Amino acid sequence: MTLSDVELQLKAIALRRGMLRLIVHAGAGHIGGGLSCMDILNVLYNRVLQVSPETFAEPEHDRYVQSKGHCVEALYAVLADRGFFPSSDLNTVCRYQSPYVGHPTRHIPGIEMNTGALGHGLPICVGMALAGKREGAAYRVFTLLGDGELAEGSNWEAALAAAHYQLDNLTAILDHNSLQITGPTREVMSHEPLADKWRAFGWSVRTVNGHDYAELTRALSDPPAPGQPTFVLANTVKGKGVSFMENLASWHHRVPSEAELTAALTELAAAERRLRATP
Amino acid sequence: MFSPAAQAMAERLGLTLGRANVDEFAATLEQLGRTDPNLLVVTSDSRGSGKLAPFGQALPRQLVEVGIAEQNLVGITAGLAACGKKPFGVSPSCFLTARALEQIKNDVCYSDVPAVLVGLSAGVSYGALGTTHHSLHDLAVLRAIHNLAIIVPADNLETREAVRFAAAAARPVFLRLGKAPLFDLHAPGTRFAAGQAITLRDGGEVALIATGETVIHALLAAARLAERGLAARVLSLHTIKPLDTEAVLKAGRECRAVITVEEHLVHGGLGEACAAVLLQAGVSKPFRIVGIPDEETVTGSQADIFRHYGVSMEGLSELAVSLFTVA
Repeated sequence: MTLSDVELQLKAIALRRGMLRLIVHAGAGHIGGGLSCMDILNVLYNRVLQVSPETFAEPEHDRYVQSKGHCVEALYAVLADRGFFPSSDLNTVCRYQSPYVGHPTRHIPGIEMNTGALGHGLPICVGMALAGKREGAAYRVFTLLGDGELAEGSNWEAALAAAHYQLDNLTAILDHNSLQITGPTREVMSHEPLADKWRAFGWSVRTVNGHDYAELTRALSDPPAPGQPTFVLANTVKGKGVSFMENLASWHHRVPSEAELTAALTELAAAERRLRATP
Repeated sequence: MFSPAAQAMAERLGLTLGRANVDEFAATLEQLGRTDPNLLVVTSDSRGSGKLAPFGQALPRQLVEVGIAEQNLVGITAGLAACGKKPFGVSPSCFLTARALEQIKNDVCYSDVPAVLVGLSAGVSYGALGTTHHSLHDLAVLRAIHNLAIIVPADNLETREAVRFAAAAARPVFLRLGKAPLFDLHAPGTRFAAGQAITLRDGGEVALIATGETVIHALLAAARLAERGLAARVLSLHTIKPLDTEAVLKAGRECRAVITVEEHLVHGGLGEACAAVLLQAGVSKPFRIVGIPDEETVTGSQADIFRHYGVSMEGLSELAVSLFTVA
């Protein structure tokens, strides 16, 4: 099943709609970052990752570890859409005794590792990629990082190790929306120039528009530079797709009111109509 | 490590000196690694401390060096374990269990991967190198994390068996090792099972419940107490978690007093674990926790520090006698 760019964009609207409803229903969640990484997850799970509910338990499947674990609602929406579990399960997110915690856990089909504390995904993925290399296995390993978490030193320990071991089966994607909970990352703890930093650490860097399906697909699917891990610097918009949430740190983990939800869903419906009207 | 009197007592007991637990660990791991290509060692510039240079030479594809980066060491170890490998992440316990505690908690224990973490040169093994290099907190912090077996071997046999147990375990395991040569405490073939204390000596007057490199001192103290007509029971409580509550309760019920001994701060380790078991079962006997007190640790070798704080044949036997004198 190969989806066109437009079909994927339509799916993204449905995924955003599902995630917004999920967060309002749960009364909790990370909405701004979820919206900013949704297109990345959509491309990963529908075009790039060699993994499905049927192959998840097999040793050869591609690995995805969401280092920015707080945006689990976006991942839940994508995994449900891919059939890892029924969408109705998501009515229980964050509810008493639900396996659907507010961060990823391996209790949920499709989730590789428990994350949520920042700066953990990349070291784990270095271990996974090393295991693949030592096995001679063909699987690839992906992680998704956030801007704020790059201040965690463990990322840079792992960046060294990935280059040292020439892990060209490893891709780290940065959801580069440039905002974190307190405000702009450049004000909290500046980390630019990012592309230069990762290149200096021995990584091959690909800079893309993180909402452009063709660019994301190429960056995540094209063969890696031999012997180098890949860093995909995905420029994104926090709150993408809902105008009154875009580029506002205040939507990091705010839960919309019913009126705000209605307004957001109306915007998404309009976007869907425009997309369907596109020849 | 031993006073002349303690040395003489060890000879009278017919004890023979083995090697350091870390040497036994490295040899056992190499043996297992030769038949299991999935067994990996992950080191943080610590293959020297772990005596793993021969492992690396014999099985270079099974050693992963991460440099001096303990957080990365544990994260990588967890990732390897999640992908079908059996990794042993090896680093001095002082760094491993403090700097990488969050990775131990989340990446290994919460994610429930079959990783083994090995705390080297634990307790005050590094002696005069000072507090930066001591791990007197590790049992306390690790006990407070769900889903981790914690084993502190007392001699080479316990180490060998603990390594084998860890290599076969489907859940996270922490091994705490020292680097001093140790007396062999057990006859060859002694049964070792994780979670089950080993009774080294039976007696009904005082129970000496010890772990790791302090067990020999408890055993020598028991021998000295026997000369004074006091029958001491000695337990090697090698598994701190899950604790052998049955053995602890039995000792508490059957003996007139209980003394616990550990190379750890007196807070949060073996002693408080035993106290919780006894008190909650309504067993109240004269009870003392011997370990390193809550103060800046005195400078000296491991032997000096043990002697200073009463972790010695003399110190433990005198404490036992004093309990009965006071009582």
